[in-house]
Amino acid sequence: MIRLRIPILTALAVVALAVAAAAERGTDGELRMLYWQAPSILNPYLSGGTKDIHAASLILEPLARYDENGDMVAWLAAEIPTLDNGGVARDLRSITWKLRDDVVWSDGTPFTAEDVAFTAAYCLDPSGGCASLASFQGVGSVEAVDDHTVRIDFDVPMPFPYAPFVGSVLPVLQKRQFEDCMGARAPECTTENFAPVGTGPFKVGEFRPNDVVRYVVNEHFRDPDRPAFSSVLLKGGGDAVSAARAVLVTGEFDYGWNLQVEPEILADMERAGKGEVLSAFGTFVERLVINKTNPDPALGDARSTHQDGGNPHPFLSDPAVVRALSLAIDRDILVEAGYGPAGRVTCNVLPAPAVYASTANDWCATQDIEYANRILDDAGWERGRGGIRAKDGVRLSILYQTSTNSVRQGTQALIKQMWREIGVDTELRNINASVFFGSDPASPDTYQKFYADIQMYTNNFDGTDPQAYMAGWVCDKIPGPDNQWNGSNISRYCNPAYDALAAEFAETGGIERRAAIAKRMNDMLVSDGAMIPLIHRGEVGAKARSLGGLRHNAWDATLWNIHEWYRVQ
Amino acid sequence: MLRYAIRRLLFAVPTLLAISFVVFALLDLAPGDPTAQLPLTIPPETRELIRQSLGLGQPFPVRYVRWLEQFLANEPLNLVEVLFGIKIGDSAGRLRVSSWATRSPVVDLIAQRLPQTMTVVGVSYLVAILIAVPVGVFSGYRQYSVFDQVGTFITMVGFSVPTFFTGTVLIVIFSGALGWLPSIYDTTHRVTDLASLGYQLRQMAMPVMVLALFSAAQISRFTRSAVLDTLHQEYVRTARAKGLSEPLVLLVHVLRNSMIPVVTVIALGLPTTFAGAIITEQIFRINGVGALLIGAIEGADIPTVQTVTFIFAGLIVFFNLVADLLYGMLDPRIRYD
Repeated sequence: MIRLRIPILTALAVVALAVAAAAERGTDGELRMLYWQAPSILNPYLSGGTKDIHAASLILEPLARYDENGDMVAWLAAEIPTLDNGGVARDLRSITWKLRDDVVWSDGTPFTAEDVAFTAAYCLDPSGGCASLASFQGVGSVEAVDDHTVRIDFDVPMPFPYAPFVGSVLPVLQKRQFEDCMGARAPECTTENFAPVGTGPFKVGEFRPNDVVRYVVNEHFRDPDRPAFSSVLLKGGGDAVSAARAVLVTGEFDYGWNLQVEPEILADMERAGKGEVLSAFGTFVERLVINKTNPDPALGDARSTHQDGGNPHPFLSDPAVVRALSLAIDRDILVEAGYGPAGRVTCNVLPAPAVYASTANDWCATQDIEYANRILDDAGWERGRGGIRAKDGVRLSILYQTSTNSVRQGTQALIKQMWREIGVDTELRNINASVFFGSDPASPDTYQKFYADIQMYTNNFDGTDPQAYMAGWVCDKIPGPDNQWNGSNISRYCNPAYDALAAEFAETGGIERRAAIAKRMNDMLVSDGAMIPLIHRGEVGAKARSLGGLRHNAWDATLWNIHEWYRVQ
Repeated sequence: MLRYAIRRLLFAVPTLLAISFVVFALLDLAPGDPTAQLPLTIPPETRELIRQSLGLGQPFPVRYVRWLEQFLANEPLNLVEVLFGIKIGDSAGRLRVSSWATRSPVVDLIAQRLPQTMTVVGVSYLVAILIAVPVGVFSGYRQYSVFDQVGTFITMVGFSVPTFFTGTVLIVIFSGALGWLPSIYDTTHRVTDLASLGYQLRQMAMPVMVLALFSAAQISRFTRSAVLDTLHQEYVRTARAKGLSEPLVLLVHVLRNSMIPVVTVIALGLPTTFAGAIITEQIFRINGVGALLIGAIEGADIPTVQTVTFIFAGLIVFFNLVADLLYGMLDPRIRYD
């Protein structure tokens, strides 16, 4: 026995040595990644598309990132500014970031506070069409105090001052490179937008838009032993199923992103043994948005307009009906049929981070047809012709729309069947995503116009702070003809108590107190029937067994720690 | 013939202008929003600013004339500058047709993608012709023989089974089960020596097979029926009566005369070697011109769709002319003057 153990230990020691030896820059060869939605541009400020943000995250870095638990990690900053260390002003009107002093751009020039201030000016220029403009909301000025200190002043007190320059959406651009690309000239700077100079572990070797990016090691990267890979190939194109196949079955690629594939197929591919499926949960929630206004076509231009409460929906304005609809849905079946590892049952609009997740709505998690029927009976909705309930000549007949997508159509069909059991008639409709999510004010089919009773889609927020997201359902943000149908309160939900909470949220500091308010707002949205949350959606990826160091992250780009990735020997 | 060609080319100008207007207007009227694919976390006000920065605020006629100017004047000027390395006027300030998704000139995107489209689709077309013409001729010559029956069966299968099916089946067999061929085309691969040429041939094998099967099926059917038609002509009987040998009859009298419809089919199919094969490119991730077009359509990248579509239209007009001129060469009875 003893004799046996020694060779094993020796073998283990050799393996440990091999791993240690591998922790050296550029020794692990090429990392091959597959993004079926290919990156179009490597300047995230001009795109806003998730694929482009991910592709740029290898090159451009923010001051701080979110780790896989949603906690902030100082990145180009030396530390996270807080009230305690004096980085955040007592009056919450400014935040001062101290920058690392060992950071060098990939062209060899030093990274300074000037670059940070420049990036803010670049995005704040209204003629540039910067996609992240909203993250700079409330920012008065961004100033370089000295080479390694930058101060952001806000116009109003910001209890959560970490929006600008935190997370992959808002990285720092090099002033030297983008100086001549401000405003209207921003889109014309093709060379700069295709090969930004960054501080990250890799830089662009070759970029073919909507096809492939080949990255090479940034020899000026601050960690001398990293990255372990000498080059990265990020290939795009095709569809999610074949991308999953290339990682899990044929093993041609090490990593695949956004593999929204039917769970059965994915599980089947995983059995091939070449790789494993990863999922991470952020704030994405697939929900049914309830129209609180009347979308009746007979109303002409007044359909789905709020009119200060003068146009209520004939039956969905009644929270009891919405509650019954929610109870009738078997969310487990929806997850099983359409999402698998990419979905979890949720009853909250705000399911994460954990501190914000309410437990008040857990009643919705289990289907209860009997109880749903009783609610409708008690509310006076009686079964009529064809088993469909009606009251005062109003039938419970719902037009339920969503974007064209096979998983969504599957969910629609299941829900239609479930609602049938409580005497609700449903008509299904699906609209091409580029029309549905488009904002053409002339189109009757956009999700903002909402010419239907119920619609389904996913929404989320960047980062971990829900303040701006939860403020999206105040009365002022109801879309209508006055604001070209631009507004985030798609439900047309209007409750003065909710508005008061939103105002209080914007002024309250301290995570516990903020969490308490956020939970109350979430519960209000659910119990007043503004929305029926269905599924907490995760990001699904796949990695080869030979790839190590991955910390799959839904709070930042999944490639956030690519400098730590390595080849398992 | 030259006068005829010039006259046809001149006629093509109004045709192309009309096409450009229809293409531009249709795509402009079609619903779709370039900001529709962005995450919902980007608020509507920001989307409006993005649309403004793309030039969407201007009225239709202004955008049409600007696009015409950019495509018909600025792009050729730029091409001349690049080819001869000279500068004409204010070349930095001259606006080119830019894609909304990549914010870079569309013509550059097409130029970047043409090589892989032309290698894969072009080679497959060549393979298809090399297979289809002999098979078609022999099938027609030996009508209802075993060869003809088998050929008919294979071409029917090739023509009726969609490429997304054959492509996936090939991937499952050759990449999945056997592991011989890569299922994903590497567009950055450079052929420098024998080994890299081998890799290039391996990565081209499956898409070329898929596309060649489809085109060959079509061409061989046309060849077969054209040969059958010609075989029953009086001059073939005369040639045989004169005592000419069978190969001579078949290869000279029959083949040349039956080539007219075949040449039409081949010439009219040629623009697709530039246009790419949308589905096959998608399956094997060749990301050629076809993938560019479908991606642009999905992302409502209107300038790219307009430009690519218009270039296809131009190629189709051009190859129609080529087919007409080839008739004159194949059939001495056809004279254009």
